[in-house]
Amino acid sequence: MDFIENIRLAVTGLLSNKMRALLTMLGIIIGIAAVITIVTLGDAITSTVSSTMEEMGGKNITVLLEEKNPEVVLPGMSQTLGVSMGFDIMGNMAESDLISDEMIGQLWDRYGDEIQALSMIEQVGNGKAQDGRAYSNLSVSGVNEDYEKSESLTLLEGRFINDRDIDRAVNVAVISDKTAEAIFGQADKALAQEIKVHMDTEIQTYTVVGIYEYEELVMPMTTQVAEEDVRTAFYIPLSTARKQTGAPDGCKSFTLMAKQNIQPSELADKVENFFDVYYRDNVNYRCSAASMDTIIEQMDDIMGTVSVAIAVIAGISLLVGGIGVMNIMLVSITERTREIGTRKALGATNGNIRIQFVVEAVIICLIGGIIGIILGILCGVFGSSVLGYPAFPGIGIILIAVTFSMLIGVFFGYYPANKAARMDPIEALRYE
Amino acid sequence: MSEEKQVIIQMKGIRKSFYIGQPHELEILHGIGLSVRKGEFVSIVGASGSGKSTLMNIIGALDRPTSGEYILDGVDISKAGDGELSGIRNRKIGFVFQTFNLIPRTSALKNVELPMLYSGTSKSLRTARAKELLEIVEMGERMSHQPSELSGGQKQRVAIARAMANDPAIILADEPTGALDSETGRLVMDLFHKLHREQGKTIVLITHNQELALETERILTLRDGNFISDEKGGQV
Repeated sequence: MDFIENIRLAVTGLLSNKMRALLTMLGIIIGIAAVITIVTLGDAITSTVSSTMEEMGGKNITVLLEEKNPEVVLPGMSQTLGVSMGFDIMGNMAESDLISDEMIGQLWDRYGDEIQALSMIEQVGNGKAQDGRAYSNLSVSGVNEDYEKSESLTLLEGRFINDRDIDRAVNVAVISDKTAEAIFGQADKALAQEIKVHMDTEIQTYTVVGIYEYEELVMPMTTQVAEEDVRTAFYIPLSTARKQTGAPDGCKSFTLMAKQNIQPSELADKVENFFDVYYRDNVNYRCSAASMDTIIEQMDDIMGTVSVAIAVIAGISLLVGGIGVMNIMLVSITERTREIGTRKALGATNGNIRIQFVVEAVIICLIGGIIGIILGILCGVFGSSVLGYPAFPGIGIILIAVTFSMLIGVFFGYYPANKAARMDPIEALRYE
Repeated sequence: MSEEKQVIIQMKGIRKSFYIGQPHELEILHGIGLSVRKGEFVSIVGASGSGKSTLMNIIGALDRPTSGEYILDGVDISKAGDGELSGIRNRKIGFVFQTFNLIPRTSALKNVELPMLYSGTSKSLRTARAKELLEIVEMGERMSHQPSELSGGQKQRVAIARAMANDPAIILADEPTGALDSETGRLVMDLFHKLHREQGKTIVLITHNQELALETERILTLRDGNFISDEKGGQV
């Protein structure tokens, strides 16, 4: 019998009772919509975070002190990933545990030809630059000379912090153009001027030696603040910062930028081995070096695990949807017993009947799948736009969803179709 | 001299038993013989319990006899398999049921096309023939109507058109007027007569209604699983 006739028959049947058809399809619609939405959102999140991380330093290597027996934030998340995502997971360290300036000096001696820049940053805290009514919110950080290079800061005026500033631990600062405009009216007017910064308990005065261009990081899900309240970084010499916070000499972490032709992951391994020598006898801590690639890889792994988990859940919902289709088909077949008997009396073979009902199940699931795909696309596009990175599901996942819907139809339609096919025509014709 | 008309149905020694829990077999038909020629209009009359439904199912290739010979249109189908029987029903038998049994939510035209769908006839041929048949039964104007939009008599006429779709060897009508009032029933019987006279169709009518049976050419009376008479009818 014509496939087309079967399809037409199935569609007519569905149209004649739209409510029942819709309820039958509901499980499939929800299952498919869920899968599409989540895959789309997953893509959006991965892309956003990847590109943010790359903005933050694609070729950079993060070197930091780790606890040898760490408390982990999330299973599978390394301390490196945790730190780069901003989790403060460092325990209590003694001065002798810290990475000393000597160690860094020796690192330069050994691998200087592979290192483009070695940057260090230590947070002092939040502060506010003020002059009369003008103000600018600040995040005060002590940095070294290489920080400019590894963070790719664009200097608009003047110069960056240099080694001499650090040696002398002077009160100089490199400020953002936003801060310069807020306090001095114009970026270039700020150079060589004095700027007062109010912090928790004290006021410090600095001389502006440079102005950099503030670039907004596109981070997902950040709260929007008003223009004038935006907090920009305020860079002072590392030694000055340590003087203010009373921190000991030595750092917990620093960032390496590999030279153009050097593989970051290889250099990372070398650096890690270098520090292992120093920390072999340290009970609590060791030094780890991870390139951004590794971090991004770890993130992909986590996203991968999450995606699989979600796929399983969606799979369960599709299973339930399929069972729903099977149930309704069983009811439908019972209702149409007379009709099946008549068809057989007119010459339909068991095979004819079986195909008729399998096609019906496939059509229901296919239509449900298509509605689910449309719904999933709408939710996915909407959701990913809200996150700030509009994404559209690829044609691959759509095709998979369509195929899967049809397979569910075949699988869950088979049992009822078989029941119908094997009805005895005489009994069926007698059925009330 | 009338031509020797071909024998369409030739049944010999037909027995049918059902198992109703061992060791008992209930034998319904006890060695029936039946012979119907091409173009005859015969009726099989019997009260309920006479075995007429059982016999009808065998004639209509819906069931197989337990023993005996059934030659339909030259072929012995008494031992045919289920698949074969489907094909035989499709091409050789035209059923007309008491309860019409049209497919709901489907046009009259599509209903008449149905047997041709199962025999693999092309779309254009199917539609053309279905239209032709509906004209013959005077339902040409209601081709696109669905069964829910037709009266009993109209439905039965569509069913009769459907029965003729594949030009079967016999039209097998089971109490065709049973669900109709006498006036509509009359119209349907007139249609049967018309088909018999003008188209030379072979019709086997199953009924418990003696009066109806008398209209047909030949009346075979069934009682307790055996034919007890074979008489001439023809009283319209």
